[in-house]
Amino acid sequence: MRLRRVGTGALLLECEDAERAEAWRAELWRRREAGELSAAEIVPGATTVLLDGVAPGTARLLAGWTPDPAATAAAGPLVEIPTVFDGEDLPDVAEHWAVPVGEAVRRLADTEFTVAFCGFAPGFAYLRGLPPEWAVPRLAAPRPRVPAGAVGLASGFAGIYPTASPGGWRLVGRTGSVLFDVRREPPALLAPGTRVRLVVR
Amino acid sequence: MITVLRAGPLTTVQDLGRPGWAHLGVPRSGALDVPALRRANRLVGNPDGAAGLETTLMGCRLRFEQPATVAVTGATAAVTLDRLAVHAPVLPVPAGGVLEIGRATAGVRSYLAVAGGIAVEPVLGSRSTDTLAGVGPAKLADGMTLPVGSSTGRAGPPDEDAPAPAAELVLGVRRGPRDDWYDVAGLFEQAYTVSPVSNRVGARLAGAPLTRRIEGELPSEGVVLGAVQVPADGQPIVFLADHPTTGGYPIVGVVGDVTPLAQARPGTTVRFRDLD
Repeated sequence: MRLRRVGTGALLLECEDAERAEAWRAELWRRREAGELSAAEIVPGATTVLLDGVAPGTARLLAGWTPDPAATAAAGPLVEIPTVFDGEDLPDVAEHWAVPVGEAVRRLADTEFTVAFCGFAPGFAYLRGLPPEWAVPRLAAPRPRVPAGAVGLASGFAGIYPTASPGGWRLVGRTGSVLFDVRREPPALLAPGTRVRLVVR
Repeated sequence: MITVLRAGPLTTVQDLGRPGWAHLGVPRSGALDVPALRRANRLVGNPDGAAGLETTLMGCRLRFEQPATVAVTGATAAVTLDRLAVHAPVLPVPAGGVLEIGRATAGVRSYLAVAGGIAVEPVLGSRSTDTLAGVGPAKLADGMTLPVGSSTGRAGPPDEDAPAPAAELVLGVRRGPRDDWYDVAGLFEQAYTVSPVSNRVGARLAGAPLTRRIEGELPSEGVVLGAVQVPADGQPIVFLADHPTTGGYPIVGVVGDVTPLAQARPGTTVRFRDLD
């Protein structure tokens, strides 16, 4: 882990890989909960964790901590997303993987995903878990409108659009699950660390 | 209750924002010029966190259905009450009074506070309109009505003076976290101008493009207020209140105080000062 300074009040933990970023995210959330760390925001990224609004001396504090990946593995809650696999780009994805469409669906349904981080829109979760060799490129030109609930793939991630928006992910299916609701606690169905299964329906 | 007679191009309800939700993809939002909102609130006896209105360049026109005490701060703009010019920063508005904030002649954003605050329903702890993520109340539209809360505090003088709008801004920047991705010295050697496509998400700056040192894709990572992001075209964007919470373009530095950018009109000269 390497610490990078971000302005005067933030730090970026640069981790070796996504697993260690996930372990650090969980460790820092736990430490904050226990009152050992003060930070206004703890924001995971693909391989980083941003601490925003921290006290001076936090960098020294972090140097003495080691996250335990075993403690965080499979620790998050499991959320099942009923998914209809009829996305427009599913045949392209199957072709990219050089498998029949049915096999592509099986691969997606068999994968246990983990929310690595959120962004792009409230409640949009970047789901990690597909092997790197199954990464698919984004569309060359994004669609002007992707409907809410669309399930897509881009690079190594899967994601579900919480609301209708433009988007360049390859659409493989759709769900009726509500991804973001400000009246719910927490408002995002898929917060960082949550384990996710796309269940065929 | 307030009736919006002329909403202007972008008038929004703003308070101090909704920090603490960035990990779910929810931006902080809040007033771009926080000191101006705070001054307006103090002038009418509101707590600093009360919601007011933020206008953009062209002001707005409002009818107050009940008597109210209001204050206008921020950008320099002609304020009229029932078509008569107002010069005091705080004024009582009678029931049925029509208040107009005119076109800004210096600065960009005016702030209107009303005693009791704009009492729209809070969303995730804030009444701020977020223009990027669409969280919070809708931007003002002609004919819309806004509830006003009951006033509790006592009006007092603001504890700070408004800074005069500057023709040229000098913004202090700390390098990092990704200053190795660009020849960042270039950031401090030239003058930029504020682009007209700037908005609440970020101040876009135009200048000679920075030279890239590391090619390839940066995996998405967390973003802070004031981050100087440099996309592929080499033209920096300084992130303001509605900035995204994660992003994949390198951030070469962080501006310590973005408040002057809230009032920087398109064409304003911006220079960066290296704080390292």
